Amino acid sequence: MGRLLEVKNLKTQFKTEGGLVKAVDDVSYYIDEQEIVGVVGESGCGKSVSQLSVMRLINSPGKIVGGQIIFEGQDLLQYEANGPEMRSIRGAKIAMIFQEPMTSLNPVLTIGRQLTEMLELHLGMRGNEARKRAAELLSMVGIPSAESRLDDYPHQFSGGMRQRVMIAMGLSCNPKMLIADEPTTALDVTTQAQLLELMKAMVQRFRSSLVIVTHNLGVVARYAQRIYIMYAGRIVESGYCKDIFRRPRHPYTIGLLKCVPRLDEEEGRKLVPIKGLPPNLINMPPTCAFLPRCPYAVEQCRKEPWPELRLVGNQQYIRCYVNTEERIQ
Amino acid sequence: MANEAVITTGVTEAPPRVSEWRRFRRVFLGRILVLIGLILICFFVFIAIFAPLLAPYPPNDPDLASALQQPSAQHLLGTDALGRDTLSRVIYGARTSLMIGLIVVIIATIIGMTLGLVAGYYGGWTYNIIMRFIDALMSFPMILLAMVIAALLGNGMRNVIIALSVAMMPGYARLMCAQVLAVKENDYVTAGRSIGASNLRLMLRHIVPNCLPPLIVLITMQLGSVILAEAGLSFLGIGITPPTPAWGSMVNDGRQYLLTLPILSFAPGLALMLVVFGFNMVGDGLRDALDPRLRGAL
Repeated sequence: MGRLLEVKNLKTQFKTEGGLVKAVDDVSYYIDEQEIVGVVGESGCGKSVSQLSVMRLINSPGKIVGGQIIFEGQDLLQYEANGPEMRSIRGAKIAMIFQEPMTSLNPVLTIGRQLTEMLELHLGMRGNEARKRAAELLSMVGIPSAESRLDDYPHQFSGGMRQRVMIAMGLSCNPKMLIADEPTTALDVTTQAQLLELMKAMVQRFRSSLVIVTHNLGVVARYAQRIYIMYAGRIVESGYCKDIFRRPRHPYTIGLLKCVPRLDEEEGRKLVPIKGLPPNLINMPPTCAFLPRCPYAVEQCRKEPWPELRLVGNQQYIRCYVNTEERIQ
Repeated sequence: MANEAVITTGVTEAPPRVSEWRRFRRVFLGRILVLIGLILICFFVFIAIFAPLLAPYPPNDPDLASALQQPSAQHLLGTDALGRDTLSRVIYGARTSLMIGLIVVIIATIIGMTLGLVAGYYGGWTYNIIMRFIDALMSFPMILLAMVIAALLGNGMRNVIIALSVAMMPGYARLMCAQVLAVKENDYVTAGRSIGASNLRLMLRHIVPNCLPPLIVLITMQLGSVILAEAGLSFLGIGITPPTPAWGSMVNDGRQYLLTLPILSFAPGLALMLVVFGFNMVGDGLRDALDPRLRGAL
């Protein structure tokens, strides 16, 4: 499987009245073809902004100030954000599903109109041909009597159904990569599972890669092959999903896993929250951003700047000085 | 496919449909004042369209022999100083008023909406330049601005339309800009961008339709104000050129005979009042019917 996307040293910043927010600071990662990758972190850690940067959807006051986004051998940052090249990539080659299915469909257009818009823009389909394809896509994502529902408006659909429509829209032009930005956060748990299964089945069918952005470790544990853990605009740990869940190495990842209940362990274990709050991204100290909340911190952490990612196992990288395995024992 | 079964489970049928249109009709037509307003507007529109058939006399033919007559069987509303039939002139005046109102509102809406859309969508310098210009126009009272422009351009239907359009336009630009600023932050606009839509497509297909409800209300209400403003200009003698019948100038013409023949000023004045009242009532009704906060409550 070839390399589909490679992001190198991406930096995205927002100029605010309070100062410069380094929302994404020197982030590098890659996505292979037909791979499912999870990007995990709490609110404001830069996981959504990094994905929006790949799509070149960062609006003023935000700005991508450095790095490379190499997609199929082309650096997307060479293109104009709203130019014809980017427009022909968005939707056709990289599609995105947003968090809020309630607001990401245009309330005044029918579902059919919104689905055929994609087909018109990228595949040049018109009229009945586009409509037929739209109905096919709708029934593919499990919406009953799809043909007649094309003429319905978004408010006539439930949240789960709308997210199904979004998935159908996302995959309508057979993109190489689908970015799902917290696709199930706004839905109830049973619907979440159905939709994730659906997404997995659909990306397999369309041979696309899938990037799941989430704060829900359960979601990535089940579906992702590799994961990236982000904190304060940087990747703090990356590796294969099974390795990270079996042996998390970065103190933040360890903390995250401790505050999620698990079925496969002895009863009576207490959930341990991570103390404190995520740092303010304005005027960050040069030292590790997790330091104030870190239970394993050593003297070196306080004196030296935040280290680069280092290899600690099979393709597992962490951004930390501490040899956490020893410290825990 | 193995996953097909998973895909189709658990999807419920569509909820029963509550028709937006039916709700709109119930709220909109459910009020007596709105109904009256609607009837008034229809009545005057009917009069304006069929004026040649309805008017008993030609509106502009002087007949000095029968000047300044009190209402009678021949002249239901009497005659003016030149012997012209007041009823006929009021009927033809509806044409002038409604036509000017409509044209001005259409021009002001198109220009104002375009300026507001561009300013709100692009922001930054574009926003500053356009909106500061709009602010400058808005700093004059609307009627004063229209008067200055009308006085500069001179009398006549075309110049009245230009003057009133310029005076009315800033309101639409301001409202549209505010709407666009709010609407463009919606996820569906980002979603539209994420499927590769161009700026023009985003503006016309995704943003404009979602900005319309308050604009529709403003348009209806403004129709009344425009008609009133036109009457004001005509009353002051800087509007419609005589002998074209216009309610404003008729009120002014009748002023000298207010004590002996009040009907000369009273009839066009009443017509004016009824039309403006009608548009305001319909505007109020539309505002309530289109108000999303009242959804479900009414």
